Amino acid sequence: MDTFTPIPAAIGGTLIGLSAAILWLGNGRIAGISGIFGQLLPPAQTVVWRLVFLAFLVGGTFVAAYLLPGLGNRPATLVDAPKWFAGGTTVWIALSGVLTGFGTKIGNGCTSGHGVCGLARLSRRSIVAVSVFFVVAILTVTVTGIV
Amino acid sequence: MSKTLQLPYLAVAAIAGAIFGIGLYISGMVNPLKVLRFLDFTAIPAGGWDPSLAFVMIPAVVVMFIAVRIGRARTKPAFDASFHEPEFTKVDAPLVAGAAVFGIGWGMSGICPGPAISLMAFWPQYLPIYLLALFVGSYGGSVIIPSGRQKRLALAR
Repeated sequence: MDTFTPIPAAIGGTLIGLSAAILWLGNGRIAGISGIFGQLLPPAQTVVWRLVFLAFLVGGTFVAAYLLPGLGNRPATLVDAPKWFAGGTTVWIALSGVLTGFGTKIGNGCTSGHGVCGLARLSRRSIVAVSVFFVVAILTVTVTGIV
Repeated sequence: MSKTLQLPYLAVAAIAGAIFGIGLYISGMVNPLKVLRFLDFTAIPAGGWDPSLAFVMIPAVVVMFIAVRIGRARTKPAFDASFHEPEFTKVDAPLVAGAAVFGIGWGMSGICPGPAISLMAFWPQYLPIYLLALFVGSYGGSVIIPSGRQKRLALAR
């Protein structure tokens, strides 16, 4: 359990909730990253605020890492493909990205849109989506043995 | 000028984005290995499981829950004419299938779209290929959806 960090996790989670609250009460928008990202593509309509949000998301992460390097949440690489996978990490990561992009588009949301905002709205769709993607992700980790 | 191009609206987007990024870093969820250590339930018996992700989700949902309640007492947000409520309300097959496909992608790498973007702050090895793939997958999904969009709206609204 030496990796368990409940206090930074809860502080970070509160900030993520605060961000979603500001975007909702300020602009009436759901802070769902797959939606904000995915709707940059044609036929995109409101592009500017999405780009501003995403740029500041990157900036916020950068500044936080600069000010709080001791938290050590700065990975130098992504996790390698499991050893049994002959295609190598590049192919593994590409597959992971395609499935995530496709799935969040078809399912209208990801961990932030369904997970944070949808559950907070008590949306039935989000409760179903969150249950499905958590269970499938846990099974995927178990089956692939990636950790 | 459109409301969405005015300074207060864009300032809200900037502040919300920055706080989201700070939250992702402090929570540790920007690190895919930490996310995978939550998803790895096989580690529970040995005591190596990392439940941190649950400690991120719960306060995030609680804070947003309060904001949703505050929002319901108002007719509109501060800087737009109405709240953009999601247009689908019923559980349908694309929702379940999409969530399942996303679950596979998430479990393969420990990366979901929020951390994928915030990782651009560090630009770790393999991130460019992930982001390109995310874009391609998302575009692929949007090519499929419009064809049945009206039908799907009628079913899922």
